[in-house]
Amino acid sequence: MQAEKLVRMANQIAAFFKVQGNDAPADIADHLVKFWDPRMRRAILAHVAAGGEGLDPMALEAVRRLPPPAA
Amino acid sequence: MSLVEDHDFGTPAVKSAVTVSLTIDGNTVSVPAGTSIMRAAAEMGTSVPKLCATDSVKAFGSCRLCLVEVEGRAGTPASCTTPVAEGMVVRTQTERLKRLRKGVMELYISDHPLDCLTCGANGDCELQDMAGAVGLREVRYGYEGESHTKLEKDQSNPYFDYDPSKCIVCSRCVRACEETQGTFALTIEGRGFDSRVSPGAHEDFLSSECVSCGACVQACPTATLIEKSVVEIGQPEHSVVTTCAYCGVGCSFKAEMRGDELVRMVPWKDGKANRGHSCVKGRFAWGYATHKDRILKPMIREKIADPWTEVTWDEAFAHVASEFRRIQGQYGKDAIGGITSSRCTNEETYLVQKMIRAGFGNNNVDTCARVCHSPTGYGLKTAFGTSAGTQDFDSVEETDVVIVIGANPTDGHPVFASRLKKRLRQGARLIVIDPRRTDLVRSPHIKADYHLPLRPGTNVAVVTALAHVIVTEGLVDEKFVRDFCDWSEFEDWAAFVADPRHAPEAVEKLCGVPAAAMRGAARLFATGGNGAIYYGLGVTEHSQGTTTVMAIANLALATGNLGRPGVGVNPLRGQNNVQGSCDMGSFPHEFPGYRHVSDDATREIFEKLWGVPLSNEPGLRIPNMFDAALDGSFKGLYVQGEDIVQSDPDTHHVTAGLSAMECVVVHDLFLNETANYAHVFLPGSTFLEKDGTFTNAERRINRVRKVMAPKNGLADWEVTQRLAQSLGMAMNYTHPSEIMAEIAATTPSFAGVSYERLEELGSVQWPCNEKAPTGTPIMHIGGFARGKGKFVITEYVPTDEKTGPRFPLLLTTGRILSQYNVGAQTRRTANTAWHPEDLLEIHPHDAENRGLKDGDFVRLQSRAGETTLRATVTDRVAPGVVYTTFHHPETQANVITTDYSDWATNCPEYKVTAVQVAPSNGPSEWQEHYRDHAAQSRRIKAAE
Repeated sequence: MQAEKLVRMANQIAAFFKVQGNDAPADIADHLVKFWDPRMRRAILAHVAAGGEGLDPMALEAVRRLPPPAA
Repeated sequence: MSLVEDHDFGTPAVKSAVTVSLTIDGNTVSVPAGTSIMRAAAEMGTSVPKLCATDSVKAFGSCRLCLVEVEGRAGTPASCTTPVAEGMVVRTQTERLKRLRKGVMELYISDHPLDCLTCGANGDCELQDMAGAVGLREVRYGYEGESHTKLEKDQSNPYFDYDPSKCIVCSRCVRACEETQGTFALTIEGRGFDSRVSPGAHEDFLSSECVSCGACVQACPTATLIEKSVVEIGQPEHSVVTTCAYCGVGCSFKAEMRGDELVRMVPWKDGKANRGHSCVKGRFAWGYATHKDRILKPMIREKIADPWTEVTWDEAFAHVASEFRRIQGQYGKDAIGGITSSRCTNEETYLVQKMIRAGFGNNNVDTCARVCHSPTGYGLKTAFGTSAGTQDFDSVEETDVVIVIGANPTDGHPVFASRLKKRLRQGARLIVIDPRRTDLVRSPHIKADYHLPLRPGTNVAVVTALAHVIVTEGLVDEKFVRDFCDWSEFEDWAAFVADPRHAPEAVEKLCGVPAAAMRGAARLFATGGNGAIYYGLGVTEHSQGTTTVMAIANLALATGNLGRPGVGVNPLRGQNNVQGSCDMGSFPHEFPGYRHVSDDATREIFEKLWGVPLSNEPGLRIPNMFDAALDGSFKGLYVQGEDIVQSDPDTHHVTAGLSAMECVVVHDLFLNETANYAHVFLPGSTFLEKDGTFTNAERRINRVRKVMAPKNGLADWEVTQRLAQSLGMAMNYTHPSEIMAEIAATTPSFAGVSYERLEELGSVQWPCNEKAPTGTPIMHIGGFARGKGKFVITEYVPTDEKTGPRFPLLLTTGRILSQYNVGAQTRRTANTAWHPEDLLEIHPHDAENRGLKDGDFVRLQSRAGETTLRATVTDRVAPGVVYTTFHHPETQANVITTDYSDWATNCPEYKVTAVQVAPSNGPSEWQEHYRDHAAQSRRIKAAE
């Protein structure tokens, strides 16, 4: 999956949750687990493993909290 | 079988708490005060002769046939215009009345062509019936005098004829156009003997303002206005009640048949969504069902450049099963998926998602709601706990102030628009929030109190600004909020919206709407009585679509406009069964009934029933499928009744994704644009050819009834079932009612739904279960499905799609009355008379700057692609904004739209694309390439 697109999508999700007054990284991670197919999560995890360029800090933290999807 | 007759009570029903008793022809009858004598007589079981009266329009009192005698009153009053009174004694049949009525009929018949035997209305003519009812045997005036019998017909409308020689000037058509449809296109031209019905000023029907809804045709008591199909085929001999397969209003119709030939569609008076009304599509645009373009045999091919080869059903199913299993073996079980159709029935949609989850072994199922109302599902579930609108359509009759935001109901949901306009003419107030000046903003007898012509992409800012006014000016319904919402959440939200950066004066700079208009609109909504919000894809198809849905929910919560008639949050659903397809588990993260796939208890229900383990991971959404195809991990797709190449954004990306797949299966009526990239074609069946149910925008489950055998041999649910069997699944339903029984057994909100219940009640709105055995017309009465209503912070985030020197204009897209979605159906009907091509609306200033005139061909270009189409210069759009429709593949508006999407759901941002417009001297490169590809791809090998 194209990392640039996933980064944009993750940042959009972060923009919503970071103003809600809750634990934004937890909410973002929960959204990714609920709505992103495992291969999308694997791709964003790989992007973060490679430095996570372009990711909003909240989104970056959320991805770091993601459990690894089953193979 | 016989014709389903709608009993005509002559005048509309009256609602009154007071009951009046009277005597008619010696019998006592009690009716609500205000009821006409004519209706009271009809309810008692007798019928007073009539011509100008019908119960769909107000009494007019012109034909003088319905005269009655009332004891103690002089003269013979018209029973249609005379209200009942306590103790009144009425006689409907006396010698004097007989004489008077016969005299009236003599006058009518003396100026009427006596061609009954060859007349299209023979057997269905109220004039003929009344001549019989009054015992007319002679016409003393003769037929030699001056008459209208030689007047010429107007046959310009593609669906009905107007024969003025047969007009009795009863004005039923004029009143139907005004009262039922609300268009005011018809009038009585001339005076006295010269009086005739006229569509506008010296125009024919086609070139007039008539929207061809057919209400006039239905109201006409003679053959003056008559369907061409009736003239050609003859009178129907039986009828079947079914549901329209166009928009999400879900109108009920009587399909009137002669044998297995459809003669006409007549809106059913007892239909609870449409109350006997229709639009041009539902009533007339069904010719596609028998169009020569329909493909009736399965076809396969190895490569998309090859011609198609016809095969048997068995060969086709075996081929698909073999290809899908090969792909899964080679690339993994998650390498295939499917798309359910929002045009197919609930039962068919349920089967597709079942086949994918249980047969494919993954959750790669999605539906067209992804690209339209998926933000509604997410947003309303978050705010209220249910992914659906809160009201029934009847609710609009009790509304005092309406916000219509991002919706154009006169074009997209015309029958609801007629009901809304009726309420507006009664005095309800209107706020329209839309970049375009839609017809609702100003049309005959309708004028919006406020039109907020916002810059595309600024919905969240504007709706939050309205909330700012409501909170800072003390207009919150505090009791409602304290009773039904979480007070501390409300306080957080109120503090957020009260920030000065959300004040209309600050937001004006972003959205271009004068602050005073936003303040006025907010005050009106908060203080104007029952407030209802209706919205469409102009809300959802944005990068912040879901946020706007939540902002709308906030407005309704803060003003206490939920949980009773006349209020609510009402998404106007685009396609006939888009609500149902979502309900049936078409999203990759949800089982039927909106239960997440990770929920163990829900998964266990289906695992037990279907006998296979199910995945607890969400699957791919439609846009993700194309991305995954391009990265090589998604290789096979089954598409039922959805033309993703034409309807989905960024056509280059969609076609590249499809081209990267190894087996694309299209199941459709026609070789649509997606079929140009398919390897297997499975012929589909129309709504006339199958049983099932559709669920409309008000959560109403309506029956779809088969009126003819499938021309392709199999209903769509049978096609999916046979395909599932080829994949090794034990799927053996013998009728869609068995599928609904399974849905009810597994889905709590459908637990009480069955075909027997639908027969009994006509239709039912979910939730329908033990708590609500007859359904739920209005949601959230006395509390929310999620417990407390949730206020959500709605920070405005500008879209990444920016205008600039290269692309200085914003394109927004929509649809038009006569066409539907990608036009696959309506382009194959005479509706093309009104809309033969997509047009680009551009403001006169922008046109002048570019040297463009009305009708010029222009090149429309974005960073995604370019196309050419004709321009129409109009101030309907603001400077800086252009607009087009997406009904024609030759234009393919979605070559222009981008892959940007809503943050929560990936619903595409169709409504905001930065573009440039310039004069054109020929089709774009893409158009030429696509035309060649389509021609090549649609070749079918001659049978050997």
